[in-house]
Amino acid sequence: MALSFELTPEQQELRRVVRQFAVDKVAPRAEEMNAKGAFPVDLVQEMGAMGLFGLPFPEEYGGSGGTFLDLCLAIEEIGRVDQSLGITLEAGVGLGAMPIFKFGSEEQKRRYLPALAEGRQLAGFGLTEPGGGSDAAALRTTARRDGDGWVINGSKQFITNVGTDISAFVTITAVTNDDPRQVTNFIVPTDTPGYTVGNGYRKVGWHASDTRDLYFDDVRVPAENQLGAEGRGFANFLSILDEGRIAISALAVGSIQGCIDECLRYAGEREAFGKPIGAYQAVAFKIADMEVQAELARHAYYHAAWLMSQGQPFKRAASVAKLYSSEAAVSAAREACQIFGGYGFTTEYPVGRFYQDAKILEVGEGTSEVQRMLIARDLGLPR
Amino acid sequence: MRIICPVKRVPDTAASKKVDPDDFTLDRDSVEAILNANDEWSIEEAMRIKERDGAEVIVLCMGPEQAQTTVRKALSYGLDGAIQVTDPAIHGSDAVATARVLAGALREESFDLIIMGNQSSDARTTLVPAMLAEFLDLPALTYARKLEIDGRKLTAHRETASGHVVVEAEMPAIVSVVEAINEPRYPSFKGIMAAKSKPLSTRDLGAVGVDASEVGLANSWTQIIEATPRPPKQAGEKVDDDGSGTVGAKAIADFLAAQKFI
Repeated sequence: MALSFELTPEQQELRRVVRQFAVDKVAPRAEEMNAKGAFPVDLVQEMGAMGLFGLPFPEEYGGSGGTFLDLCLAIEEIGRVDQSLGITLEAGVGLGAMPIFKFGSEEQKRRYLPALAEGRQLAGFGLTEPGGGSDAAALRTTARRDGDGWVINGSKQFITNVGTDISAFVTITAVTNDDPRQVTNFIVPTDTPGYTVGNGYRKVGWHASDTRDLYFDDVRVPAENQLGAEGRGFANFLSILDEGRIAISALAVGSIQGCIDECLRYAGEREAFGKPIGAYQAVAFKIADMEVQAELARHAYYHAAWLMSQGQPFKRAASVAKLYSSEAAVSAAREACQIFGGYGFTTEYPVGRFYQDAKILEVGEGTSEVQRMLIARDLGLPR
Repeated sequence: MRIICPVKRVPDTAASKKVDPDDFTLDRDSVEAILNANDEWSIEEAMRIKERDGAEVIVLCMGPEQAQTTVRKALSYGLDGAIQVTDPAIHGSDAVATARVLAGALREESFDLIIMGNQSSDARTTLVPAMLAEFLDLPALTYARKLEIDGRKLTAHRETASGHVVVEAEMPAIVSVVEAINEPRYPSFKGIMAAKSKPLSTRDLGAVGVDASEVGLANSWTQIIEATPRPPKQAGEKVDDDGSGTVGAKAIADFLAAQKFI
């Protein structure tokens, strides 16, 4: 089989257009949005008009008719200037819309997907619970059958895109039939009585992305809001995370590339002891190492996305990409700050923001420890 | 309505350019080529008319074979089709020769409106829209910062050094636009994908009724006889203020006055 790393002319053009948008529209506002914790609904909608929120979905559902790799390219380029907006796109498509696309009925797809794919609405992915995290199966949220509908009780934690002005609904996991092994997914619209969205967290990074806790107090949804088969909800949601890891890897590559962009500029301008600091090996080698990280991480997520597109097993490749790129992103951002010296610890340059934003990449959509566990299991190590 | 948008493939505005030492034409292979930025405004204006009133919008590009990427870029904004005029004899054509070729291509087409950027970012002559109007015997509303259409009547706000004047014409006509007219959209992914399958008609000089003896470097009215590299950037003048601000402020005011900005 041929080995090709070349993007199609259309993928190259997509990358160029998203890059241009990111540089023109996102970069000038990134620090202000970060400082204020302001969620940019207008940028989301503009990205929606460009078709970015519908990239992997067919046109019949309002999508752009592209591939998951196309989505990853867009996430990388947005993340290259602003990680908050990058995760908004990643979560909006990969976590918000994807469960509807993959598990929804034809009617649910026609009803919910177009507004999400066009960036007019956002949806959340309600899996994690206060006692959950890596032990994602430890679910306490329940759904009890009541007449021809369901009554949901419980809470969710660290849920993205559920508290914005355009957040329309959240899909959740809930234990059904009082059997912890019987987990089912439901669609809960934002305006459902008994459903409360928390005030959000004071986070270390990703300040301009929307992260909330959710509370379900006798929330009644009709039977038509059940998503996918009864009892399949946990496996279904975990499969969403497998794909999401590839997208998080793309976001991490955006962070590394953003650090390289900034360091190249700074190391070429800032002078010390009579020459630009980029002329000193201490600085040049750091940037060279970042380039190695960016290239390896990018190839890793391209490969995982390619395997997925070929219908081949891709979970291990997704974990490899996510693990390597997220840890490399933290390392690259730390070194970028070091190159900027005192300025790296200020908000005057973006590298400090990349550093604060990078840490969560090692945690969200499966911690580094979970990735190592998944890789080890896939290698057949004894359990 | 049928609108034609002439566009130009230009070297990346941000890149440093090289001039061929032999014929003083731009070395187009040494820099990335892009769609002329001013043409994004004309395409946007045409797309707004299309979305508002309904129109078929066609892109017209004179350039080498590689200019097809520029044509596809233009199509990705949602245009309906393209005409590309390619012929080895065109190389080195000046503004008159360019207008001659574009006019030849346009004579073969039906159209109500031609909208184009007021200048290209490489040559910056601003002459082609008016020359095209002369060749085609059409009214030209140039430097439009606002364009209104009422039936067959066009009203343009023409940008001048001190403000704008309002000019009118009946279609068919040529309009050239300036940056203030709109904010161009970004191509959508669907537009990028659709661009590769939009109809593209490629024509040579013969097909547009222009003789090779009228175009190209040797037959251009403008001849470049010498080219000098841009001198290195000079150090600026540094003014030390005494802390009161008056010395610095006066220096800035004097500078602006000397440059006739104030």
